Amino acid sequence: MAEETKAPEQSAPSERPRSSGDRPSGDRPRFGGGGGGRGPGGPPREGGGGRKFFRRKKVCKFCVEKIEDINYKDYRMLGQFVAESGKIVPRRLTGVCAPHQHRLSAAIKKARNIALLPFAGRAS
Amino acid sequence: MNRIYELMFIVRPDMTDEDLDKLISTLQSVVPASGGNVQRVDKMGKRRLAYAVRRFHEGIYVLMVVEGGGAVIHELERRLRVTEPVIKFLTVRVDEEQKRLDKVKQLRDSKKKISAQPAAPPASAAAAAEPAVPAAESPATA
Repeated sequence: MAEETKAPEQSAPSERPRSSGDRPSGDRPRFGGGGGGRGPGGPPREGGGGRKFFRRKKVCKFCVEKIEDINYKDYRMLGQFVAESGKIVPRRLTGVCAPHQHRLSAAIKKARNIALLPFAGRAS
Repeated sequence: MNRIYELMFIVRPDMTDEDLDKLISTLQSVVPASGGNVQRVDKMGKRRLAYAVRRFHEGIYVLMVVEGGGAVIHELERRLRVTEPVIKFLTVRVDEEQKRLDKVKQLRDSKKKISAQPAAPPASAAAAAEPAVPAAESPATA
């Protein structure tokens, strides 16, 4: 029983997007046309889950505007990548590229430590 | 021993300006004693805190950029921990990051000059192109 469920997962992890919460694989945004086209067509249960497919068109704000300095002091800019609850927004929603997301999250954590951004709750 | 640190600390909001200046100068005097030097001090003013720190909802932010070894920061932080009006502090090492930023900036500036060269015939650009020409040629020949 365990082998059955494991095998399909291992053979095609990118083709079978289960509840996307489990598999935040980095290639998904890049797969773009393949993932977007294949997804809804494939396992019908995915559409039934109500999860709309992510927007592919998003580009990394930092790459486009060539912002290199992601500083913890710049809380206004960092605040754009923080949800209402204070959580850091995942990059599949903001479209930020991986290296910039790492720097961004490090900066947000520093800002949180110095009370420029909240850990939880609305930033006043 | 060329490390650059950014030390940001928050002081309780009911501090007077002169008390704050006294505190800053005390800290500044500690630095050369441990073998460093203060590059600049920025008083960023009173700000509302994102969460309550020691029951305070506002605080006066101060930023200090210090150059020196780890011992300087060790001493500074020790002092800050003991100082009663200071409610929070954060030290960040910035020299590596600064190096990276400078490198990127340099790369971008050199690319801009190379691209600006053929597209700019007028005299003002010719003057800008002249210093760019040796800069553009050296990577080309190297």
